[in-house]
Amino acid sequence: MSAARAVGWARRNLFSSPGNTLATLVLLGLGAWLLPGAIRWLVVDAVWGRQPAAACDAVRGQGACWAVVWEKFRFMMFGTYPYDEQWRPAAAAVTLTALLGASAWRRLWNPRLAVLWAVGIGLAFWLMGGGAGLAPVRSEQWGGLPVTLILAIFGVGFAFPLGVPLALGRRSAMPVVRALSVVYIEVVRGVPLITVLFMASVMFALFLPEGVRIDQLLRAQVAIILFVAAYLAEAVRGGLQAVPRGQYEAAQALGLGYWRTTALVILPQALRLSIPPIVNSFISLFKDTSLVVIIAIYDFAYAVKKSVETDFAWKKYFIEAFLFSIVVYWIFCFAMSRYSQRLERDLARATKR
Amino acid sequence: MNAPSPLRSRAEAGETAILIEGLSKWFGDFQVLRDIDLTVRKGERIVACGPSGSGKSTLIRCVNRLEPHQRGRIVVSGVELTDDLKQVDAVRSNVGMVFQQFNLFPHLTVLENCTLAPVWVRRAPRAQAQDLAMRLLERVRIADQAHKYPGQLSGGQQQRVAIARALCMSPTIMLFDEPTSALDPEMVKEVLDTMIMLAGEGMTMVCVTHEMGFARAVADRVVFMDQGEIVEQAPPEEFFGAPRSERLRRFLSQILDR
Repeated sequence: MSAARAVGWARRNLFSSPGNTLATLVLLGLGAWLLPGAIRWLVVDAVWGRQPAAACDAVRGQGACWAVVWEKFRFMMFGTYPYDEQWRPAAAAVTLTALLGASAWRRLWNPRLAVLWAVGIGLAFWLMGGGAGLAPVRSEQWGGLPVTLILAIFGVGFAFPLGVPLALGRRSAMPVVRALSVVYIEVVRGVPLITVLFMASVMFALFLPEGVRIDQLLRAQVAIILFVAAYLAEAVRGGLQAVPRGQYEAAQALGLGYWRTTALVILPQALRLSIPPIVNSFISLFKDTSLVVIIAIYDFAYAVKKSVETDFAWKKYFIEAFLFSIVVYWIFCFAMSRYSQRLERDLARATKR
Repeated sequence: MNAPSPLRSRAEAGETAILIEGLSKWFGDFQVLRDIDLTVRKGERIVACGPSGSGKSTLIRCVNRLEPHQRGRIVVSGVELTDDLKQVDAVRSNVGMVFQQFNLFPHLTVLENCTLAPVWVRRAPRAQAQDLAMRLLERVRIADQAHKYPGQLSGGQQQRVAIARALCMSPTIMLFDEPTSALDPEMVKEVLDTMIMLAGEGMTMVCVTHEMGFARAVADRVVFMDQGEIVEQAPPEEFFGAPRSERLRRFLSQILDR
């Protein structure tokens, strides 16, 4: 019975027309041609677990060398952070990831979540930086996944309160506010992130008085925040435009005035409508944090690169190392994407028939 | 302007709910309102009708300054509408408005729709605002839906919620901008019944509508507008029984033949 149903399904979906049949056959052929080799290299003939480089050299070209991930795992994850203290960035990364997870849970959306974040962020920075009982570690030595998480989370967290006023400013009736918002958004969007980071790192120092140094990581963080805010502003503006005029009029007619109309009626609807483009910005940001490599910050991607580059025995297995980093980036981005879809659906279901 | 007429001085004393004098408005080069004069006494029920594009909606949208006017004066409950936002907000919180498209806030429940303005504009305690909202929802016979979202209600139900939402601000004047035009025919009656109930309680009302049965039953005065002007105004018997102008006769024959 189920076999008959499977045949029926295949006929309806895979062979419904000559074009469909052709596409199905071509793709099946491609799969049959490429997949066995790929599976053999990725899984069957690959070297798994903690093994010396020599084990990889023996099967070079036939199987992947996943042993490089075991060998370099600590450096990939934590970069140049002092080896004996690496439990601290690990704990910080777990804390930050747990906070993200908790925030995804809509039942926890209340003022206590903000307190939780404040405590969690304080904890993460104490773990990373030390002091008060822990050995101090300067931010130049921070590296790996915690740095990527910090750049991304703070990038989002601070770009948001900056991007929303920019979006509102761009639609303001006041010409000066509108002009400033437009200029900011268009200038920032017209410049690559990499140049913004470069300016933050190199040019910013020229304006500072002699002897004053601002932490490199902080400078990169500020640059990222200012950059993402412009994109976020455009995402939110799209949502604002989609809120019907009648909503403004109804709120105005009740005497709510501009600020309360915006905060209580327009933004809740606009932000809901802009979830997909906002998440899109966040996913881009998460990956774009890897550009901090040009100002020598050891984020996750740079740590992965350096981990193999600096070791002659493992240098030739950089492909496997990069594949590993791809998987890690993908897990975070895919989680964000799925979460945004669920959030959209939940919010829509709450208000629709 | 001439010396103030006795009517106008009484208006300023507060017996007039809405005073409109020499009102003109343009959208770009197009003049939508031409030198309108209209006085609405407290407790009076006015129905405005006219062909589409005659300016009747624009006229009542001027009364709570959803549309700014360029010439003339509008005084609502003794407060003149100017660019002064404080005065505008004072007028708005005192004048309820019901829209053709309901314009309920879709992200809030029915009850939250009704308590939003009392809590945030009137600074009413939440519990008190909810009590009042439930009483008014009861009166428009929809209290059982208080915790649903607008999207879960029919058009007629949504419009009754919109009326309750406006009433929650305890307005002294209600404006209705074609409140039944977007409704399916079978839902028109429930909304009109609610409006008739309101009229029976002595609310000052200005309704833009094509429901001539409603105008006959409720209106103290029917105003006919065409091309931005008030062409004719009269009590309903006279308005429908003995229309003076050719334009009104043509309009009535068109809508009453339906």
